[in-house]
Amino acid sequence: MAKTPVQFRLNGSDKAVFVDGGENLLNVLRRGVGDMSAKYGCGQGTCGVCTVLVDGEPQLACLTLAETCAGRSVDTALGLSDGPNLHPLQTAFMEHFAAQCGFCTSGMLMAAKALLDRNASPTREEVAEAISGNICRCTGYEPIINAIMDAAAKRGGGSNREQGHARV
Amino acid sequence: MARHRGRGMAAINYPIGMNLGGDPSQALVHSNPEGKFTVTLSAIDLGQGMKQVTRQIAAETLGVPIADVYVDTADSDTGPHDMGSFASRGTHRVGNAVAAAAKEARGVMMEAAAEELEVNAADLDTDGRGNIHVKGAPSRAISVKDVAVAAQFRQGKTIAGRGIFLIPLSEVNPETGEMSPVSCYAHACLVADLEVDDETGEVTVLKMTSAYELGRAINPKMVEQQLVGGAWMGMSHALFETPEPYYPDTAHGPRDFNEYVMPGPGDICPHDIAVLERPAPDGPFGGKGPGEMCANPVLPAVANAIFNAVGVRVDSLPITPEKVLRAIKAQGGARPQGAPGGRR
Ligand code: FES
Ligand code: FES
Repeated sequence: MAKTPVQFRLNGSDKAVFVDGGENLLNVLRRGVGDMSAKYGCGQGTCGVCTVLVDGEPQLACLTLAETCAGRSVDTALGLSDGPNLHPLQTAFMEHFAAQCGFCTSGMLMAAKALLDRNASPTREEVAEAISGNICRCTGYEPIINAIMDAAAKRGGGSNREQGHARV
Repeated sequence: MARHRGRGMAAINYPIGMNLGGDPSQALVHSNPEGKFTVTLSAIDLGQGMKQVTRQIAAETLGVPIADVYVDTADSDTGPHDMGSFASRGTHRVGNAVAAAAKEARGVMMEAAAEELEVNAADLDTDGRGNIHVKGAPSRAISVKDVAVAAQFRQGKTIAGRGIFLIPLSEVNPETGEMSPVSCYAHACLVADLEVDDETGEVTVLKMTSAYELGRAINPKMVEQQLVGGAWMGMSHALFETPEPYYPDTAHGPRDFNEYVMPGPGDICPHDIAVLERPAPDGPFGGKGPGEMCANPVLPAVANAIFNAVGVRVDSLPITPEKVLRAIKAQGGARPQGAPGGRR
């Protein structure tokens, strides 16, 4: 099958790859350019572990045709930290114990980033809504919502910050 | 048609580990020439925190900083044998094996330090910050690093230890059927408050309140993390998840996440947790571990709360709206059981 050359920006640097007709972005990221941060879960748009940002919008990489990303910017969890300095969302996930196995984490981080980029002080309901396409088997979601609320608050938003559910 | 509130309770005794032919775990601990320690295991961390907990146990037993301990669970072909990460056995079985291995390695380390300081090993202690000193004379000290260098390059000693923890096979008494498969139980009690819609059969869990007794909480934040996540899974098992078909033909069973229903981040409820620590006599530093127990009490508590709300006993899981509606219909309508103490 003929391959198509595709150029896009990945976490701020230029990438050029040859893609198969119909090949999805997740495959290009993981196999083509070796960015393993977006995970392969269901491959059919139902689990959210492959969530990346395309021109700032959250997209499921498993359902995104790689060719449609030509000339666009793709951001993955690999690009979140700045050298050794973690992104505030990553720090908040760590401090709130918002990961156990970690398989959902990069998708959750990107869904959360997309939310905070357009809404600096979301309510708990808005946070729950923003990650409702992302499945987590381990955490019960509560610590993830708390982490995102906390990251928003520390970034200067978070006027709607509320108490977390679980108290020990 | 109405929404009915209900409250249900469940208490459990939960056996730690299993016994189907004996339940062993092994661990190896060794130091490199810089005085950093590696713990080698075949049990794996699935996200439950076993690496962190065994790292704490090893560092505490060796008497060295936690930053100087690395836990390697890389390969069950080359690592020491372990039954595996299941049956909530990690903290107790693997933790005990790690404590034993670290204790043996500490013995060698203290002997090597004694030789360098020209004292008796029994007179030495660690400060937990990477040094070994004569008891009562902190200035007569040597760093763990220098001990490791001396052991490696002068004394020809390996600072290493082996550990195994075994719960042996418990034979069944053929006369009475009795056996003692476990040595250690954790305990929990959970109250679920929920609402049942008698028109749709839908159940909404409003609040959970629980108390868990799980030995010493070796890492309290991770215990909390497991209890919160596990309760969500229990709620999911009680009300949503099933690999079985909804209708007789298996072809109608769920095949993917569109059809395999689970509660999402919008369906969670407040959960008040009390952790009671009663160190287990045979646990590493008294730890038993939460494990699977964090999901278990939710299921009977939810079933009991549904009975309390509308008077129906659904005896198969998950308790789907369809089952609730059929049961309400069969008894001719919702029959709220009322609340002891006049809660409503
Ligand atoms: S892998 Fe893309 S949504 Fe599951
Ligand atoms: S941390 Fe395991 S799936 Fe979310």
